[in-house]
Amino acid sequence: MMKKLGRRFYLFLIILFLYAPIGTLMVLSFNDSRTSVKWGGFSLKWYQRLFENDTILAALGNTLLIAVLSAAIATLLGTSASIAIHHMKKRRQSICMSIVNIPMLNAEIVTGIAFMLLFISAGNLLSIFGIHFEMGFGTVLIGHITFNLPYVVLSVMPKLKQLNISMYEAALDLGAGEGQAFFRVVLPDIMPGVLSGFLLSFTMSLDDFVITHFVKGLGADTLSTLIYSELRKGIKPEMYALSTIMFLAVFLVLVFVNLNPREQSAAYRH
Amino acid sequence: MGNKLIELQHISKIYDGHKVLDDLNLYFNENKFLTLLGPSGCGKTTTLRILGGFEMPDEGHVIFSGEDITSLPPNKRQLNTVFQKYALFTHMNIAENIAFGLKISGKSKTYIEDKIKYALKLVNLDGYEKRMPDSLSGGQQQRIAIARAIVNEPKVLLLDEPLGALDLKLRQEMQYELIRMKNELGITFIYVTHDQEEALTMSDTIVVMNQGYIQQIGTPEDIYNEPTNAFVADFIGDSNIFPGIMLEDKVVEIFGVIFPCVDTGFGHNRPVDVVIRPEDVELGAPGAGTVDGVVSHLIFKGVHYEMEVTACGQEWLVQSTRMYPVGEHVSISVDPFNIQIMNKPESEDEEAVVLDV
Amino acid sequence: MYKKSLSCPFLIWAAAFIIIPLLFIMYYGLTDKSGSFTMANLMAVATAEHSKALFLSLGLSLLSTVICLILAYPLALILSGSRLGKSGFVIFLFILPMWMNFLLRTLAWVVLLDTNGVLDTILKFFGLKGMKIINTPAAIVFGMVYDFLPFMILPIYNVVSKIDVNVINAARDLGANSFQTLYKVIFPLSLPGVVSGITMVFVPSLTTFVISTLLGGGKILLIGNVIEQEFMKGTSWHIGSGLSLVLMLFIIVSMILSSKYDHGEGNVL
Repeated sequence: MMKKLGRRFYLFLIILFLYAPIGTLMVLSFNDSRTSVKWGGFSLKWYQRLFENDTILAALGNTLLIAVLSAAIATLLGTSASIAIHHMKKRRQSICMSIVNIPMLNAEIVTGIAFMLLFISAGNLLSIFGIHFEMGFGTVLIGHITFNLPYVVLSVMPKLKQLNISMYEAALDLGAGEGQAFFRVVLPDIMPGVLSGFLLSFTMSLDDFVITHFVKGLGADTLSTLIYSELRKGIKPEMYALSTIMFLAVFLVLVFVNLNPREQSAAYRH
Repeated sequence: MGNKLIELQHISKIYDGHKVLDDLNLYFNENKFLTLLGPSGCGKTTTLRILGGFEMPDEGHVIFSGEDITSLPPNKRQLNTVFQKYALFTHMNIAENIAFGLKISGKSKTYIEDKIKYALKLVNLDGYEKRMPDSLSGGQQQRIAIARAIVNEPKVLLLDEPLGALDLKLRQEMQYELIRMKNELGITFIYVTHDQEEALTMSDTIVVMNQGYIQQIGTPEDIYNEPTNAFVADFIGDSNIFPGIMLEDKVVEIFGVIFPCVDTGFGHNRPVDVVIRPEDVELGAPGAGTVDGVVSHLIFKGVHYEMEVTACGQEWLVQSTRMYPVGEHVSISVDPFNIQIMNKPESEDEEAVVLDV
Repeated sequence: MYKKSLSCPFLIWAAAFIIIPLLFIMYYGLTDKSGSFTMANLMAVATAEHSKALFLSLGLSLLSTVICLILAYPLALILSGSRLGKSGFVIFLFILPMWMNFLLRTLAWVVLLDTNGVLDTILKFFGLKGMKIINTPAAIVFGMVYDFLPFMILPIYNVVSKIDVNVINAARDLGANSFQTLYKVIFPLSLPGVVSGITMVFVPSLTTFVISTLLGGGKILLIGNVIEQEFMKGTSWHIGSGLSLVLMLFIIVSMILSSKYDHGEGNVL
């Protein structure tokens, strides 16, 4: 009994540690006082001001757009890559897997400056031909797609390995062409992996700062880079309000999805 | 000779430098239950996969109703397969699983519904339309896999060790079910198994394979009673296989003891293999039989006792309903009809001639 | 069975945006402004300022990795043994914080750890002395542990929860007590997860510049800060690339070590 209590307490402490800053930010978002140290009474004014702050809203728009696009493209690219890699010979397979994993295993700062060097050099090269190219939304998108790829492949690959190959053969046997067999049988079966790859990519993209920092150039601020640039002046409490809204929204969605696993499997079916 | 439905001509298949099938020739007639039987690695599953279109032979042709279908993909073939581990589509319910092939070929809704009803009735699972595959037992999943295949009205149903994952009791039940279904459908079943008992129970014809070669083709009775070589005799049922010498027609010498038999045409003093089924060895009082021996082991097997008798310095496997305790002196005798004489194979993978199936 | 062409878009992408950028770092790291070959950029790590930053980074990241391991291992065992471990709850629990911006989450610790901050107030309430950890290396370690702890928990949990209960039962059956079972059976089996957790904490800790900026008050320079400044303050891309190459050596070594143990089971997500 004591042992069980001890375990519960330990788990509670770690969760407290992980969620304390989140709770803090939520509390601060309702703080009437501007300084983060003093509690100036309950207020919703930062929520109101958030919707009047065009800079933050523009960064939010960029962040979400980049997250959705990069996750979608990475999912498409990563899923087809997984299928291709899955059917390669062992040696080529392990080479490809190592390449896929580079953006995940390598330090973000190295990936970031590598991109920066690539894009600036590409810009210099293209200017010789009179083409104007500089870092911005597009380069951020490319960066995010690239570092999302390994997460998609890692999510889809195990599903492909689990896939009962005779299910695909059964579909062919029952008259389906290769394409039909893929879309009707293989894809629905690996769908949980594809979806979790998408979600993971979306999350990673949303939370990224380092790579965006190096490849955003002058424009295309995301929430992360906006926060970083505000560090010296002090973070605007509107930011706290926004992150509280985002966090709660995601929390509710995830709780809803987890409470309805049946619905989920029904969604895969069609 | 009947109607040749499918014919395999000179099929060879090599995996990683290993010859899995070597110049295989075989044909199947309509409305037969045919079993490919052999140990794992004998090439039986590869043969089935070549028939189904999942593998291309390196050499040879597959002829279906007089047409060469060697390079036809599986979805274009009028055969359907029941896979070893069922391969049901786990994201579809039972009705959707069964309807899969029919929907692909664009059948009407009412036709599909009728077919699902009919198929579920055939496999004794009426009312299971809305269930999901993982909620069914292994035996039920197997029936659905069969239903899913047969609604497409294939001329041939290929079954790849379909009962392998079931427990013994269920397996025996399903054996009768399969025979019933085959008779009801009136199509050819080509069945792959390593279980000789399954093969003997269900088949019209058994093809015994080993190391990529056909060892023997025949009815279950032929295969059991008159194995053509030591491999078949050993693989099918229990048997005593002894080296012997055919002294002349109808006389064979085993370990220096003369046994009368009924085989002829082996010439004089020719070394042969002699097969005697354990249930054909008769024990009696010492001196009453052809040779005397001592019981060395005894096991009770339910319907009979299984004993080992040491005679002429060899162990003889004996099955009898009468018990002789260990240490008892007995005599051994064998009815001449029950002594099976075989030529010694020139090599392990000697190929049997293609017989009329 | 599937078309070979499926691999084409991926291969092109990987070449353009994974391989070529790394070649750029190598090029810049091994040349000077005039474009001729030099080792000077690599040697730049030996200057007092740079080597101090590198050793500080190594020290702090090793420390935070050890702390993460100590915190995470018991937690992974607890989770795998409890009902909470089922149904994706664990992943949910540790991924969820990522939905609040990582910079803000880390900054929140400033509020919590600051002199006269929340933690200080609580400690003083109990009559204890306040801790002055903000803007110290300790605060940076704190931030590293906070940010990267989930990357230690998830791989270990993943491996531990897949250990066959019967293997543990067998160990008990053969006379091992619970400590021996842990030490001789569970721990060796969980090694792939531990090793992958270690790389997943060590590499980002070693290379971070954000945590030190946020919690170190801008005065403590890690190797990541040095590199970032070489690029963003425009000092020298060549030296920045050279230092990155040195950094990559450490990363590659830790990756090789981890690939020895990792057979794919240790992958977190």
